[in-house]
Amino acid sequence: MKIHIKNGRLIDPASKTDKALDLFIAAGRIVGVGGTAPAGFEANSVLDATGCIVCPGLVDLAARLREPGFEYRATLESEMAAAAAGGITRLACPPDTDPVLDEPGLVEMLTHRARLPEFAHVHPVGALTLQLEGAALTEMAELAEAGCVAFGQANRAIVDTQVLLRAMMYAATFDFPVWLQAQDPFLARKGVAHDGEVAARLGLAGIPVAAETIALATILHLARETGARVHVTRISSAAGIDMIVAARAAGIAVTCDVAIHHLHLCEMDIGFFDTQARLDPPLRSQRDREALRAGLASGAINALCSDHTPVDDDGKQMPFEEAEVGATGLELLLPLTLKWAQEMKLPLVTALARVTSDPASILGVRAGSLAIGAAADICVFDPAAGFRVTRENLRSQGKNTPFLGQELPGRVRYTLIDGHLAFDGTLG
Amino acid sequence: MQKSPQLNSHGELQHLLTIEGLPRDVLTRILDTAAPFSEVAEREVKKVPLLRGKSVFNLFFENSTRTRTTFEIAAKRLSADVINLNINTSSANKGETLLDTADNLAAMQADMFVVRHASSGAPFLLAQHMAATGRDHIHVVNAGDGRHAHPTQGLLDMYTIRHYKTDFTQLTIAIVGDVLHSRVARSQIHALTTLGVPEVRVIAPKTLLPTGIERLGVRVFHDMREGLRGVDVVMMLRLQNERMQGALLPSTQEYFKSYGLTPEKLALAKPDAIVMHPGPMNRGVEIDSAVADGSQAVILPQVTFGIAVRMAVMAMLAGN
Repeated sequence: MKIHIKNGRLIDPASKTDKALDLFIAAGRIVGVGGTAPAGFEANSVLDATGCIVCPGLVDLAARLREPGFEYRATLESEMAAAAAGGITRLACPPDTDPVLDEPGLVEMLTHRARLPEFAHVHPVGALTLQLEGAALTEMAELAEAGCVAFGQANRAIVDTQVLLRAMMYAATFDFPVWLQAQDPFLARKGVAHDGEVAARLGLAGIPVAAETIALATILHLARETGARVHVTRISSAAGIDMIVAARAAGIAVTCDVAIHHLHLCEMDIGFFDTQARLDPPLRSQRDREALRAGLASGAINALCSDHTPVDDDGKQMPFEEAEVGATGLELLLPLTLKWAQEMKLPLVTALARVTSDPASILGVRAGSLAIGAAADICVFDPAAGFRVTRENLRSQGKNTPFLGQELPGRVRYTLIDGHLAFDGTLG
Repeated sequence: MQKSPQLNSHGELQHLLTIEGLPRDVLTRILDTAAPFSEVAEREVKKVPLLRGKSVFNLFFENSTRTRTTFEIAAKRLSADVINLNINTSSANKGETLLDTADNLAAMQADMFVVRHASSGAPFLLAQHMAATGRDHIHVVNAGDGRHAHPTQGLLDMYTIRHYKTDFTQLTIAIVGDVLHSRVARSQIHALTTLGVPEVRVIAPKTLLPTGIERLGVRVFHDMREGLRGVDVVMMLRLQNERMQGALLPSTQEYFKSYGLTPEKLALAKPDAIVMHPGPMNRGVEIDSAVADGSQAVILPQVTFGIAVRMAVMAMLAGN
């Protein structure tokens, strides 16, 4: 199959390219970039990208596919359709499935199930400890062989710091990346919202910023001790960013990401107990949100992720503190990246780096690039068209998000995965 | 941002969920409406027909004899049919959700739900659900949700203060005790600041104050003696048994020593200061019996006024 993507504005953050260039694809790879086709290239299919931006397929560092175990909330099919519709061609999924991704057979089954041409590439994050219980290590080498790119705890903490130290030492032995959310479980106990003005007013139990900074201090100290490659997931506070920046300056290898929700929302968005804003970590203050937006722009925060977590209506139609945590995000990652870029007046090549080349390098995979020879994982989107977030417009089985009802910038026209047309937005 | 579900498009009270955000004139109107209802209680036949033919469901997901009883009396004096449901002993244990329970009762032609729930915001959920399903004619009254609000308690406290002190704009008022876990305190603070009380103080150890409480417009004191100096009204809060020892407080004895209201501490307030308590009291923990039974206490009148205020709220929401 030979594809010619013509008349588009090509943005390739990896090579800092932003130019009107055509793209030529053969056998699942990029074979030509520029005005003229490589010698002997005869397209079977021509995709018109007039008015559109052609960029690498998005790489999402956190998407819960709810398989195995929670198929009533979402299935691989529904969520992969959502990913493709969102221009996402590669994603990492956290290990908090049921059963937990703590043994190679489960990981193999998941990656095998996900191996369809129209499905995004799936990179499971293996459990760092058995059952995510924070007590015994998993067979990390075996899990890595089965396809795990990193090891983590999803949003469950390892309470016992000796176990955490050893888990990081063991991972460092094989140079496996360790992905950790920084939240002290004691300070977060029973908490459902940022410990600030809104929680005080609504009578909700708070999670202080210190829950993040204390856990982060532990993680960063142990990263220095062990030399483990640490990626901090879902940073939520200004103070947390400062610590990461300082740690990097001190020579600690640490990266971090932020979720789309925390980039655009803050504690005020809880409004009158809106359970759509029940998220983990909690939405923090306006000041924190501004720091997250600036930090992502400067590169202090390396990547933006959807933190896609399909939750059904039963899980949300509850009193705030009893409601389930999470929101759908796959189809909002690109629009919310564009919205942030517009509001921050950022060049698109910088903004798109945070959802393509930068997360790809955190995953340690060759992706997120439009160089000749690269896999043809491509997103073509119309930046002038809008995406209205409605239950009907969302392909994900998760219909709950705090952005419901909003009109966001950017609509995906085509998504290609290994040169296969996985999504065609012109079909209506 | 969602819109406040308690006012309808004409700015009238549709539900009573919280005092926060209610305009001063709405609060004043409720207090004014309550005044004649106090007199109903003095009559031989203690009934008015304002809610005749209406069904009021007391939905108590959390135990409370006192509040439930006063709501029941208020509804009955308005001639409503009252159905009491203590749900922590029935369906909630069978896994039925709050909204399923409400849907079932709504199908029994309810006109009003009086709801108490352990989770902050539960009555909002109910009100939003009624609106979303086209059942706007069913009114929701919050009878206490988690730590969030207890608006009728806040209103009856305002009624009591107005009864003894008349002008809110001349007062200094102290709220003492476990503000962190108190829905009563939050409702009191919103009511007092809305009614124009120039100085609202909260007095508590740091472990019993929520972060950012000063943004609600209160002055924070940790020294009770300092905080009580010159106040017109002392509003005591109940300390729940489970908070009396542990990581929040070392012991009831130490709490009483620092934050218990004794005659000696009360002497620092204005000589005509009144002492209030939402009940039930823990004598010797937050309040000394000499104060609770003393001449400055208005704790029993609060209970009496509570019925009139609850009648006023119900009549304004659903009155014929």
